[in-house]
Amino acid sequence: MKMKITPDFFIYLSMVLFSIGLIGVLVRRNLIVIFMFIELMLNAVNLSFIAYSYKLGQVDGQIYVFFVMVLAAVEVAVGLGLIMLIYRNKKSLDVDEINIMKN
Amino acid sequence: MKTLLIFIPILPLIGFLLNGIFGRSFPKKLVHRIAITTTGISFLLAVITFFKFLSLDVESLVFNYFTWIKAGDFVANFGFLLDPLSMVMVLVVTGVGFLIHVYSIGYMWNDIGYNRFFAYLNLFMFSMLILVLANNYLLLFVGWEGVGLCSYLLIGFYFHKKSASDAGKKAFIVNRIGDFGFVVGLMLIFFTFRTIDFEKVFSEIVNRGYGVEAGWGVLTVIGVLLFIGATGKSAQIPLYVWLPDAMEGPTPVSALIHAATMVTAGVYMITRSNAIYSRAPHALFIVGLIGSITALFAATIGIFQRDIKRVLAYSTVSQLGYMFTALGVLAFSAGIFHLMTHAFFKALLFLGSGSVILALHHEQDMQNMGGLKKYLPITCWTMWAATLAISGIPIFAGFFSKDEILWRSYSTPVKGHMIFYILGTVAALITALYMFRLMFLTFHGKTRLPEDKLSHVHESPKSMTGVLVVLAILSTIGGFVGMPGWTKIPNIFENFLEPVFKFMPHKGIVHAVEGHSAGNELLVTLVSILVAGIGALIAYIIYLKKEVTPEKEENLGLIYKLIFNKYYVDEIYNFLVVQPIKWFSTNVLWKIVDVSIIDGIVNGYAYLTEGLSVGVSKIQNGFIRSYVGWIALGGIGILYYILINFIK
Repeated sequence: MKMKITPDFFIYLSMVLFSIGLIGVLVRRNLIVIFMFIELMLNAVNLSFIAYSYKLGQVDGQIYVFFVMVLAAVEVAVGLGLIMLIYRNKKSLDVDEINIMKN
Repeated sequence: MKTLLIFIPILPLIGFLLNGIFGRSFPKKLVHRIAITTTGISFLLAVITFFKFLSLDVESLVFNYFTWIKAGDFVANFGFLLDPLSMVMVLVVTGVGFLIHVYSIGYMWNDIGYNRFFAYLNLFMFSMLILVLANNYLLLFVGWEGVGLCSYLLIGFYFHKKSASDAGKKAFIVNRIGDFGFVVGLMLIFFTFRTIDFEKVFSEIVNRGYGVEAGWGVLTVIGVLLFIGATGKSAQIPLYVWLPDAMEGPTPVSALIHAATMVTAGVYMITRSNAIYSRAPHALFIVGLIGSITALFAATIGIFQRDIKRVLAYSTVSQLGYMFTALGVLAFSAGIFHLMTHAFFKALLFLGSGSVILALHHEQDMQNMGGLKKYLPITCWTMWAATLAISGIPIFAGFFSKDEILWRSYSTPVKGHMIFYILGTVAALITALYMFRLMFLTFHGKTRLPEDKLSHVHESPKSMTGVLVVLAILSTIGGFVGMPGWTKIPNIFENFLEPVFKFMPHKGIVHAVEGHSAGNELLVTLVSILVAGIGALIAYIIYLKKEVTPEKEENLGLIYKLIFNKYYVDEIYNFLVVQPIKWFSTNVLWKIVDVSIIDGIVNGYAYLTEGLSVGVSKIQNGFIRSYVGWIALGGIGILYYILINFIK
């Protein structure tokens, strides 16, 4: 039997990618790595948008993807800037050490 | 006339505001000039008003200035009622008040708080004038409370002395008890008659045809409630205890507030309500009985007091008792007559004692006086005029008024009038006794003052002795306006007050005394002169012939101790009233209600919030990954919820 590639596969894939991203954010300590996992989660969401857009025959989802991409680009700019500053001040990127707001 | 009248109370108010606000920066001379000018003009206006009132030949005038309170059918106006009664009161208050203001210059000159004293004194004048001029019960109550406040402030004038501030508080609190009765009575008046204006209430009583109540009708209840207010303000049993302690205030205050004017407010108020009382024989009986018992009771305490001002204080309580006795036998005009003469001679006695106290550098114990006649001649002779007046010696003012009261209580056929008469006559004997004792111990006999002190004793300044002389003249001739019936000379005072009693149901009972023969009246008069003479003679033998000093009186033992300690009334009140209230406040209100219940609720909320906050704040531990975890958990929770509810 010939396997047909349906949008459902892409949805499952995006679920898997999102979960990997989430677990990555939860378990890793390095800020840059966490940042990368967040990017992974965003892109997993993008993938599910496209898949649903295709499945439901509506173009809205694809529009949202552009928004998310723009937002991600902006976020990278701001986020990397913040990470740079944190590193300059603390000489470390371990998130467990970044807790000066507490106390 | 309307504008003229409003300025009588307003002027002292202006004086109060000027001295009260700016007085600190005024020189002393300006302070008393302001105070005296305002009260002096006020007195002049009162005299002008008096003559205008006479020339108008009307029974009463009502001036409404503005509507003060309006709620539903309750209306209280700021209005004045000018009739012979308020006219007499205004003249007495402004006249005696003005004299005492003048006297205070000399007496208070070396005291700190000179401007404060005159400011309070002016505020008192304002309140008292509002009280006597008001045309409704509520405005009267405003004045009533105003004089109470001034009394409190002036008793506690030397507030750095604990006894003075305690006495002030005592006066205020005891008066609150009386005022409670007054306020309830006031509400009952409105509830019954739907108005609180004097003339409207009284004509309503007449129009509705209230007769003399046989039992405890509404008028009797109102009468008793108002009288409770009067017992507080006018120092009658059982609420008289504050007045002797009020002597902690400066002597001019004792003279003005605690002898001549404020304490007579109760007498005025009951006379004003004569339409109510004359229809309530039970209330009237209570008034007369309390009055006559107080007259005798307070007089006996006066016998053994050593503090010169305390003797006079108990004497004031006793004389107020006489006034209430008069009211109790429907002799309202006799009560007001005694109020007026008493204002003269008691103010004089207090001011005279003030002159003695000042000369001896604030010595009040009569043990350390004696033989001061040589050094204080004017004080001595003016005080003799007052003493003869209060003892009821003929031609002096007090003789006429006291005699009128005794004659009326002897002859007016109301319940218990013979009891009142006998109590009053015995009190007259004791009055003569303690007053002559005071005079002998202070001015006559050998001096008990050490030599070095004696050389400093000198007569008071002219501003003070001048006032004494004026009051002495008034105490001597003031009684001639109210001649007794047997002289066949018309009683000007009673005739003048006649219109005030137009709402009484039975003019007959008042004039029933005319049924008695003039001989009877003469007999009563002779008895009272005889009694006064006996009292004076006893005092003469004991204190002048045998030279008994206050210290030797202690040999009397038990009776002396009982009377000297004022029958232990203060101790009894302390035990029966003060201590239980203290106990209840400490152990129930404080330790249970306040600490456990009220604080418990407030603190409980605080502890609850704090506990919850501590629990919740544990989530914010500062680790980014745990935050992310919570967010993820929340997301999963939402997802789970959606899956359960929307996906079938």
